[in-house]
Amino acid sequence: MKSKLNLDPKVVDSARQHAANIAHDMQDFIERHTTVSTERTVVRLLGVDGVDELDTPLPNVVVDQIKEAGALPTGAAYLMGNAIVQTGKNPQEIAEEMAAGKLDITKLPTCSQEEAAEALKPAIKATFEKIDAQIAKRKEYLETLGEGPEPYVYVIVATGNIYEDVIQAQAAARQGADVIAVIRTTAQSLLDYVPYGPTTEGFGGTYATQENFRIMRKALDEVGEEVGRYIRLCNYSSGMCMPEIAAMGALERLDVMLNDAIYGILFRDINMQRTLVDQFMSRVIIGYCGIIFNSGEDNYLTTDDAIEAAHTVTASQFINEQFAVLANIPENQMGLGHAFEMDPSTEDGFLLELSQAQMAREIFPNARLKYMPPTKFMTGNIFRGHIQDALFNLVTVWTHQSILLTGMLTEAIHTPLMQDRYLSIENARYIFNNCRHIGDEVEFKEGGIIQSRAQEVLGKADALLAEVEKDGLFSTIEQGKFGGVKRPFDGGHGLEGVCTKGENYFNPFIKLFMDHE
Amino acid sequence: MADTKTTTATTQVDLTCVKPYGDALNDGKVQLAFTLPVPYGEEAEECAKQYAKKLGLDEPNVCYYCELTTGYTFFNVYGSAQPTIDYTAIKVPKVEGTVMDRVECGEWIGEHIGRDIVVVGASIESDAHTVGIDAIIQMKGFHGHFGLERFKNVVAYNMGSQVPCEQLIAKAKEVNADAILVSQTVTQKDIHIQQLTKMEELVEAEGLRDKIILTCGGPRISHELAQELGYDAGFGPGKYAEHVMSYIMQEVEKRGWQDKANIADR
Repeated sequence: MKSKLNLDPKVVDSARQHAANIAHDMQDFIERHTTVSTERTVVRLLGVDGVDELDTPLPNVVVDQIKEAGALPTGAAYLMGNAIVQTGKNPQEIAEEMAAGKLDITKLPTCSQEEAAEALKPAIKATFEKIDAQIAKRKEYLETLGEGPEPYVYVIVATGNIYEDVIQAQAAARQGADVIAVIRTTAQSLLDYVPYGPTTEGFGGTYATQENFRIMRKALDEVGEEVGRYIRLCNYSSGMCMPEIAAMGALERLDVMLNDAIYGILFRDINMQRTLVDQFMSRVIIGYCGIIFNSGEDNYLTTDDAIEAAHTVTASQFINEQFAVLANIPENQMGLGHAFEMDPSTEDGFLLELSQAQMAREIFPNARLKYMPPTKFMTGNIFRGHIQDALFNLVTVWTHQSILLTGMLTEAIHTPLMQDRYLSIENARYIFNNCRHIGDEVEFKEGGIIQSRAQEVLGKADALLAEVEKDGLFSTIEQGKFGGVKRPFDGGHGLEGVCTKGENYFNPFIKLFMDHE
Repeated sequence: MADTKTTTATTQVDLTCVKPYGDALNDGKVQLAFTLPVPYGEEAEECAKQYAKKLGLDEPNVCYYCELTTGYTFFNVYGSAQPTIDYTAIKVPKVEGTVMDRVECGEWIGEHIGRDIVVVGASIESDAHTVGIDAIIQMKGFHGHFGLERFKNVVAYNMGSQVPCEQLIAKAKEVNADAILVSQTVTQKDIHIQQLTKMEELVEAEGLRDKIILTCGGPRISHELAQELGYDAGFGPGKYAEHVMSYIMQEVEKRGWQDKANIADR
């Protein structure tokens, strides 16, 4: 593809190389560490589910016991494998006995690592059969029902009640939505466990639980068959339980997951060591399952200025891309994020937005770019808001964005009503259809505002990445270079759940999930 | 409706009985957009019309309606509202004092307080949104209004989001804050009311209620609501850092805390 922005491929290559070096540098750290959430993911993938009588999820019961015994560096896989060898029971039975106080898996006689690994095989096989069946089911749906054209229309439901969410989601699908995101209740990202069962109470959203995933998946399959289009389901693989939720997403056939290598550090004050280790495990799962991840660069622009800080978005997209490469995620599952968040009173602001969006498309030609609507400068004037969203929709179709997070005219007022979603989808569909091929027809003036702006932003992103490579990612975040937010290496939530792997540590799932085209 | 005998527009508004204005005084024109949980069709249209009448609209005109999904119909309706309001009887509680701009605030504090004013802010409890507290405290501010970090003679601590009430109070004590700024963005099921109430009760329990200026802000917060909840002041949409600081600094002077930088002395 010829660059409409006249971007210098050497600068793009340089930026990408810096990002690759940054990610590699981090990968050494990641491979030496594990976390409680990563180990709970292993336990879940061995088939452990359910809660004890105090509603503590069994994966937490297992990993808490391991951690309290100081055995976290050994990892849950060996200890569960050994417990199978020593007791002859399966992982679920073992977890239930632990919950009942009848078994301490850290105090059993020990077998060799090979024997433990062998003992885990039936449980691992059962899990992969489930996951592979879900991948096959998605493929079958896409072949038989098909899907809407890109940009996919992505809308949120956020009632707090999963059953109410179902009504809203099915209505949205009938109105033309391609992706339904169930917004998560506001406090869940900092919970160090995943709640269990169907839920009907939440604030600003609904709990992400495996049962809620199942309920919504079933509802979207039903409405997908009705409207003759596969409807994708999105939730959050982020926060303190990032990899556990990825595993749940794999088992329940989620299609899109919000997942960012550094978002939790900056915006949820989760410890940086914890997040980086967790994001790797989560992305390895996401890559295998055909889930599209959505990174959260758009958030930088809610705390930082969208014009001044545009290059930090581009730099972060490069970093998220390279972390994804290390987790073997195919390019078409990379939903790199960005947003239409410039102050609408800016003269020629539309040209700058167009430039940024076109640049993202040219730098990441095969990525499933996720484009976020205006939120920061939405005022409660719904009439103007609808026009802001229209300009955003125009940039979306013009620059071939992949996933449109549909802007709501009532942003800044309330979570979307059924009619808000209808009006917003109508707006998007009108503009997409009316301007479908505008991007193929219009070129940009050489050396004009649009071209110059993109070249400038790319240059700054390259310079920033060079700096990050020199200082290291940890130090860069400590200095507040992303989103204007500073986070200390040893600060934030969840550090107590990070440890160095012991000599005999093993996690059988990494290799298995990495093994795909 | 215009009087057929008059030849000029009626412009004399009777403030004791006002009603909406479309293009002629007292025509009462309002527009509504709403959804009814009924199947799309002529019965739906009639249902919307009757509903608008019950809301007090004369001559309701359903100018557009369509199906949102099976069993739900969306309407755009215009009508002439009949109720009137006595504008002259309205009283709205407002934050007292003069509002100064950022530079004036800095100078005023220098002249009248003679020490730095210290504030601590956070989005509390389950609320993960920093947008409100950032708009007030962060240097960049919002909509071209710089935040408190950019004010002279002001020291502002922004603790971010999901901060437990206890932690916010502990910080306020630690740094001898003159004022606490509580931000609440999520309002679903009135969670903000519960959390703001908890905060106020804890401040009271700590014996700090008259030793610290307690303020709150957010898109659904008014000064009136804040006062009902026991706060000193509340800041809603359209209020920026200068509004918040203008109030706090004048309150510090009023309470005579110029020489009482330490909470213990107040």
